[in-house]
Amino acid sequence: MPDLPIAVAMSGGVDSSTVAALLVRQGRAVVGMTMQLWNQRRLPELSSDKSTGRCCSLDDVYDARHVAEQIGIPYYVVNFERQFEEQVVKPFVEEYLAGRTPIPCTLCNNYIKFDRFLEMADSVGAGHMATGHYARIRYHEAAGRYRLLRAVDAAKDQTYFLFGLTQGQLARTLFPLGDLNKTEVRELARGMDLAVASKGDSQEICFVPNGDYAAFMSAYLRETGVTARQTSGEIVTTDGRTLGRHQGVHHFTVGQRKGLGIATGEPLYVIATDAERQRVVVGGNDDLLRSRFFAGSVNWISIAGVSHPVRAQVKIRNKHRAAGATLHATGDAARVEVVFDEAQRAVTPGQGAVFYDGDLVLGGGWIE
Amino acid sequence: MLCLGQVYGNASSIHYFGQGAKRQLEAARRQIASLIHASPGEVIFTSGGTESDNMAVLGVARASANASASRHVISSSIEHPAVLGPCMQLQREGADITLLRCGASGIVDPDDVRKALRPDTVLVSVMHANNELGTIQPIAEISRITREAGVPLHVDGVQALGKIAVDVDALGVDLYSMSGHKLYAPKGVGALYIRKGTRMAPIAFGGHHERDRRAGTENVPSAAAFGAAAELAAGRLAEESERLRALRDRLENQVLESIPDTGINPPGGDRRNRVPNTSNIYFDGIDGEALVIALDLRGFAVSTGAACSSGALTPSHVLTAIGLSADRARASMRFSLGHGNTAEQVDALVDALGASMMHLRRISVHA
Repeated sequence: MPDLPIAVAMSGGVDSSTVAALLVRQGRAVVGMTMQLWNQRRLPELSSDKSTGRCCSLDDVYDARHVAEQIGIPYYVVNFERQFEEQVVKPFVEEYLAGRTPIPCTLCNNYIKFDRFLEMADSVGAGHMATGHYARIRYHEAAGRYRLLRAVDAAKDQTYFLFGLTQGQLARTLFPLGDLNKTEVRELARGMDLAVASKGDSQEICFVPNGDYAAFMSAYLRETGVTARQTSGEIVTTDGRTLGRHQGVHHFTVGQRKGLGIATGEPLYVIATDAERQRVVVGGNDDLLRSRFFAGSVNWISIAGVSHPVRAQVKIRNKHRAAGATLHATGDAARVEVVFDEAQRAVTPGQGAVFYDGDLVLGGGWIE
Repeated sequence: MLCLGQVYGNASSIHYFGQGAKRQLEAARRQIASLIHASPGEVIFTSGGTESDNMAVLGVARASANASASRHVISSSIEHPAVLGPCMQLQREGADITLLRCGASGIVDPDDVRKALRPDTVLVSVMHANNELGTIQPIAEISRITREAGVPLHVDGVQALGKIAVDVDALGVDLYSMSGHKLYAPKGVGALYIRKGTRMAPIAFGGHHERDRRAGTENVPSAAAFGAAAELAAGRLAEESERLRALRDRLENQVLESIPDTGINPPGGDRRNRVPNTSNIYFDGIDGEALVIALDLRGFAVSTGAACSSGALTPSHVLTAIGLSADRARASMRFSLGHGNTAEQVDALVDALGASMMHLRRISVHA
């Protein structure tokens, strides 16, 4: 039986374009597909001249189509706007309003890229899907599991956003860039003459222009007809003193220093947001330190779970340097207590906690 | 080809060079006029169906005598975006727009037109054949009503021209939009029939071309090709539409017989009252987008709704307008047959459909 085609998720950027071209060069049958996730004509008040590089712009679709043409593969745009809004944008907005700091990229990976896209790949007869993520997947015979490993290029490693991948998804996914560093990828792209070889890297949250998520939320709530929920309230200190007022808890995230609008002698940081009482709690840097927390909805990847204390390095946000910790089992296999060797700054509810053993991703869950 | 080389003149110039081009243009105008039983002076060339529709809807509404007072335009909810777009623009300019519902049959009820008419109605615009369903609208009945009321009637004929006989007098239309590529002329040329005496303001300014109706140097080579295509279409209309109808029915009958949970859109419609080349079929329980891709990979180009600007496929406003659920609208597929298609191709398409459907339904059971 001939090899089934591989469906490549093409964003129009250099990484996924290189993936498609590499697979073609290896003689694989490739189908390119771009996911249309967000209609850029929505929320016109957010549009600006700087809107290039936002997800699903016509320019990106044009680029992906151009590359597909260059390497001679069938190419399609598939529309997942409805699912993206239901499973990524709405939860993102709700999480912020509930006083947590969500990671839409992980939701998108869990519910769109490695679910809906894989389903579409299935539909068109593809055996595997491939993306331009920087991560590695290895099958481990003895454990009988697919393992997820950090990318060779530590600076580009994206495993933090991939902790939700199931064994079924890992079995059918290829990350051809996991063994390469970004410089090599650009060189490959240039070597293959890909039209996007010098294109800039994409920004963090694709549907939020210029990283201004609070402006996005206000515009989104206005458009969807939700009356701007009254979220303003008091800014209080850890010992209960009221320092001032704020315009909504969704403007704040744990560890934030700027934008409090309060002048005091010592620097103040957001310690917590309390959506129920609409309060933003502030304090000094030391108040941000925490040495333990619970992670829920844990997905185990390289190991089946923990029954006794397990040593790990735990990463609590994308830019965090994984810190030594011990994972303690709870009664629930999908919930662990993480105890750091040294207290860590700004453990933020809603963010992911990913457990590593060296390069190996053991699993990950959501900070409670 | 002649017009790209030897007859390169500007059709609006006085010199002999330009006159050669002018002769080509006028010959093409006669060919198109003949296809729709109009006089050549009532046909102007445009860049395509979209421009023709914009020109007619915006131009007639803006030319109406009571421009300063209230203006009302009647159209239907199943129109092509080329008509709905300018209607929305008129709304932004202060006009009232009534979009008639067409019900499950995919046909606009002439009585609804009568009921929607107001003293300030300045235009009625209803398409001849719907581009997604193929349903033919009762234009002659509608025109009796609009004439009685003294309101001009525009008809978007892009999907009907060349598929069914068009006689602008028998239909009683005042404006009729046409597109060249639907007759296999090159893309980027169209025409608009404007009955003599119809008031229409131009939408572009700066030239006296096309009897002051459309400013801009004429696209002579494309117009000549459109003219030739119109003459060909006129010559083979009866025979070709019978042939396409037989192919279309063959496709539909085989699909309905061999693939479970399928049906024709509109479900309650009269299957004979459609242009012969168009078929819209639902395949319950599948994702139309996936089926389009699966078929394309097997060499068959079909579509769900209309392709949007980025090439992504979105649920069709037409299928929603005839009352289909969102799921069934997304599971619906439009098939267009043309001059090059044969019975063998139709059979191969049915086989490919069967195989793709088996695969898709098997997956959705596992999912």
